[in-house]
Amino acid sequence: MQLLIVSWLLLLTGGILAPALGRRPLAAALVGGGSAALGSLAGLAMAAGALANGQTAGLALATTIPGLTLSLRLDPLAAFFLIPVHLLGLLGAIYGVGYLRGHEGRLPGLHWLFYNLLVASMSVVIAAANALLFLFAWEGMSLASFFLVVTEHREPATARAGLIYLLATHLGAALLLGGFLTVGAFAGGFDFSAFAALSHLPGPTASLLFILLLLGFGSKAGLFPFHVWLPEAHPAAPSHVSALMSGAMVKTALYGLVRFLLFLPSAPGWWGGTLMALGLAGALFGIAMSAFQNDVKRGLAYSTVENVGLILLALGLWLFCRGRYPQLAALALTGALTHILNHALFKGLLFLGAGSLLHGTGSRNLNRLGGLMRRMPATGLCLVVGALAVTALPPANGLLGEWFIYRGFLEAGVRLKGLAAFFPLVIVGLLALVGGLALLVFSRLIGIALGGEPRDSRTELAHESGALMLVPMFVLAGLCLAGGLAPSLLLGPVLRVAGMIEPPAAPLLAQAGLLPLWLGGLAQGLTLLLALTALLGRWRRPRRAETPAVPTWGCGYLFPTRRMAYSAEGFSELAGVSFFCDCLRPRIEGGRSVRLFPGREVFRHQAPDLVLEAGFLPLFAWVAARCNRLRRLQSGLVHIYVFYIFSVIVALLGWVAVRL
Amino acid sequence: MENLANLLLLLVILLNFFILGSSRLGACIQTAALQGAMLACVPLLMHPISGHTLFLAGSALALKGVVMPWLLFRAIRQVRIRREIDPMIGYVPTLILGTVATAGAFIFSDHLPLVAAHRGSLVIPCGLATLGAGFLMMITRRKALTQALGYLIFENGIFIFGLLLTEAMPLMVEAGVLLDLLVAVFVMGIVVNQINREFSSLNVENLSLLRE
Repeated sequence: MQLLIVSWLLLLTGGILAPALGRRPLAAALVGGGSAALGSLAGLAMAAGALANGQTAGLALATTIPGLTLSLRLDPLAAFFLIPVHLLGLLGAIYGVGYLRGHEGRLPGLHWLFYNLLVASMSVVIAAANALLFLFAWEGMSLASFFLVVTEHREPATARAGLIYLLATHLGAALLLGGFLTVGAFAGGFDFSAFAALSHLPGPTASLLFILLLLGFGSKAGLFPFHVWLPEAHPAAPSHVSALMSGAMVKTALYGLVRFLLFLPSAPGWWGGTLMALGLAGALFGIAMSAFQNDVKRGLAYSTVENVGLILLALGLWLFCRGRYPQLAALALTGALTHILNHALFKGLLFLGAGSLLHGTGSRNLNRLGGLMRRMPATGLCLVVGALAVTALPPANGLLGEWFIYRGFLEAGVRLKGLAAFFPLVIVGLLALVGGLALLVFSRLIGIALGGEPRDSRTELAHESGALMLVPMFVLAGLCLAGGLAPSLLLGPVLRVAGMIEPPAAPLLAQAGLLPLWLGGLAQGLTLLLALTALLGRWRRPRRAETPAVPTWGCGYLFPTRRMAYSAEGFSELAGVSFFCDCLRPRIEGGRSVRLFPGREVFRHQAPDLVLEAGFLPLFAWVAARCNRLRRLQSGLVHIYVFYIFSVIVALLGWVAVRL
Repeated sequence: MENLANLLLLLVILLNFFILGSSRLGACIQTAALQGAMLACVPLLMHPISGHTLFLAGSALALKGVVMPWLLFRAIRQVRIRREIDPMIGYVPTLILGTVATAGAFIFSDHLPLVAAHRGSLVIPCGLATLGAGFLMMITRRKALTQALGYLIFENGIFIFGLLLTEAMPLMVEAGVLLDLLVAVFVMGIVVNQINREFSSLNVENLSLLRE
């Protein structure tokens, strides 16, 4: 426990010192980034140690604020979730020092203040064992991440993203507050140790609580349809912050959901059903939208929506099968936990990679990139590893979690009786669709950005990022590959946590032979095969000097230009035309020349978020129009304000007089 | 002694009416000072004389009777105004409202479940009536100075309530209340000067430009 507190103190001290240093970018980066890295390292050591010995450590300090005790608890579940927070916090800090160099702004330390606060508050959220402390840290996390999102607040798109994020996160926090107050009223206290009383909640109250917590945590986690802030905020934030938010902050919401679900009484079937339905909708919607995005980071943000959807789907199956089908529950829970860890690794890697592309070329637009594999080989390699992981291909780690999820639903289709067996099998089909689309999305990213020729003159001048940025990416890429090649590395901690939540999980899976350690063998075999093929190819191929570099055959065009290359839209057009319903298709204007001689044509391609455009924006506009009349209350006159106070006091006195 | 205290409290209510109905700032400040000074004597009449009550009476007399009137007079000298012209609500309606508030205060305090010792005492209705007068002053007047005066009367009302608790209230709390008041009048004085400099008038309505 002490090491964790040392970590928080380091983060706080460094965060406060960094802006105090004034306009010295190097000093700020050294103090801010250094303290973030050191603090995260301490936290990581603590979490790894706690997870390895599997014991629960705790600490409680009383405060004078009613209901709030500074109680902390580090059990395997908390330690498990601390790992992505501090791992990405450490790597993001190192990366950020390189990424921000030359773009520090007026007060370079300010970024590090918010960065350190974000890491520390996420860590407190996970270690808190008191609902009020949890909520305080939760709010701190939201605010710190908001300030990080609006780093470039002078750009209108960033300001809009910040507003949407702030709204979404505060609406979620309001729901959470409602949920926590209900919990506190029933349990008679806000300490988690008092929450054991919640297992006797009457059914309707428990269901209300479930809905409040699901929506409250869901709005942070990117639960469909509350995911709207992700595709806005992730592109706006600096890339290492996107990585931290997508890889770790989203996970804190999942942690909260799992933690509180364990307090609630055993779930009726529709809880799991709701979770599965929303998760599946999010997975399908997220990956479909991801296929249409030209903005690399926006596409990655939608991919986060998809992956969170998959995790929630698995959690839904766990909730549904809990206490009824122990083996299925164990499979689903293991799948969800594995995917949580995997997603933190590969999405962190992908966001850092996208940031490296942005840093090297100055653009996030896929249609301006191209040919970067030769210009930025290290970044390209890391992106390929990340893409392998996110599309669940061997030899990377993504396959493991998805294997558990698929296996869980297949087993459910076999075990359940009657109509109930139909749904898991449909879900398996839809999961396959999601997987196929993910393959499309990431082959598009790799193919358009890394392959071919540059589509823009600035991209031709792209430069590889420095060591500070590359090393964190290599670490993450290495971890992704290690998880795929040696699944036991991943499964060890996951099974320990699963064993804490569902004690019989690990032995059940081991007995039924459901631990896919052979996947590691498969990955190793494939890697070996690949390496052999590459060696063989090199041996058989004629020397480089004998093959002169010539342009690709341009189908007979006399003057091919780089603008004739396949665009990102062109790559995903087939999917857009043939797979999706009309409402999801991107908005396209112009671009069809039917005249005899070509003229000037303007082509526009937009893929707005359906939920945001057709759901939330009109809703908020409606509410704002209704509330406009209330503005008359704000007269700006001191007398009128005093009059308000006076009338309230008179009314209260009158009420007291009547009551007496 | 009780009778004398009650007489003073009644006088306080009468002074409320005078302030509500007068347009001359100088007279208003003098009346408020007189009200404060009278109130400062009441604890000596109601409670046995001790160090505590002596301190309370002395400090209240010094602040309410001398320091704050002096500050306010200085303020009106600096900004050169003598009268409150066209208040939000006229003087006669304000007086009627003040009467209603005073009557309400008496009726309301009859309904309160008081300790036997305080039943029938003038302290509670007088305190409520003074609070109401202070509120009315703040609501109806336009000048920042009269608003400050309203706040002063409002605080007098609180002081009257405090009389009941003199025995029980720690010294620090009372000292804090008085200090609070002094700071408030200081701040108001600064605001008065700023408004005057910015808009060449003392009307707080000009502050509505500051709203969003």
